[in-house]
Order: sequence, then C-alpha cells, then structure tokens
Amino acid sequence: MTPLEYLIVLLVAAGVFFSFVAVVGIIRLPDLYARAHATSKSDTLGTVLSLAGVALVFGADVATVKTVFLLLFMFITNPTAAHAITRAAYDQEIEPWTEGED
Amino acid sequence: MGLTLDTALLGAAVAIVLFAVALLYRVARGPTMEDRVIAINGVGTSTVVVLALLAAALDRPAFLDIAIVYALLNFLASVAISKFIVERGGVL
Repeated sequence: MTPLEYLIVLLVAAGVFFSFVAVVGIIRLPDLYARAHATSKSDTLGTVLSLAGVALVFGADVATVKTVFLLLFMFITNPTAAHAITRAAYDQEIEPWTEGED
Repeated sequence: MGLTLDTALLGAAVAIVLFAVALLYRVARGPTMEDRVIAINGVGTSTVVVLALLAAALDRPAFLDIAIVYALLNFLASVAISKFIVERGGVL
C-alpha cells in the first residue's frame, strides 16, 4: 500500500470510530437533548472524516469535487437538522433530564 | 487502487450499516417523537456515508449523485418534520 492509501484507511477508520461513538450516544444517553448532542457533533465529525477519505480515493476527478461538496453540505446541514428538531422539542415543552431522574 | 484498500472501504461500509441497524433500536423505543426523528436522521447520515464508501470501493462515481440527493432529502425531511410537529401540537 502507498502512503496515500494508509492516509485514506486512517481517515475512514477515524470516521467509523466517531460514527460508533455517535451511535453509542444516541442509544445510551438519558434524554432527547443529550442524544441530539451526540448526533450533531460526533456523527458530523465521523461523516466528515469518512467523506474526506473517499475524496482522497478519487484523486483529480469530478467525483472529488462532488465528494467535497457532499462533505461541506453534511458539515452544515447535520447540526442544523439536529438544532431544528431540538428546538421543536423545546417548543413542545419537553423537559430536559436532570440529575436524580431515571 | 489495490485490493486491500477496496476491502478496507467495504469493511467500513459494513460497519456503518451495522451502526444504522443499531440506531433502529432508538427509532422503535422512542420515547418521544423527536427521539425517533433524531435517530432516523442518523440512519440517513449513515446511508450517505455508505453510498460514498461504496462509490469509492466499487469505483462507481455515479453513487455520489445518489448520495447528494439523499443528503438533501434527509435534511429536508428533518426540518419539515420538526416544523410539522410544532404546528400540529405534537400530533404526527
């Protein structure tokens, strides 16, 4: 394997790791707002790292431009979507989890 | 690109598919509507990443177009549902 391929594997592995952290957060954290925190930060980082690895695979090609566009789009919209959903929950007066509750 | 890189990308795609399946636990369990929407948003994000990884591993750049459309629809669905929840008073 060339050094570039090692870099790609490293980026994709880091992306898979942060996606795993996000999944654990969404399943294990106690309430909606904490889960939104897992999906908006950790999941976004995992997605961006994986897509950066994919962009390096294609080299100088129009596919790279598409992948970088997809990366930037995910980077902006994933936290925005989580914010919109959390705001909807707040407008519905869903109480945040506090210490002492189950 | 060598066989090992393609295998690594396919392995990453398989791992992310398994994560998406794990997220379905939260979709089924809830307890609120918003929990389900957040988990489904995560499943959509995983789908986009899997499509991009498959485009790289199988050398089919056309998959990237599908991934872009899927990302747009995923975002639109999340924002639309969160609007809809508020204006309907939580009935969906």
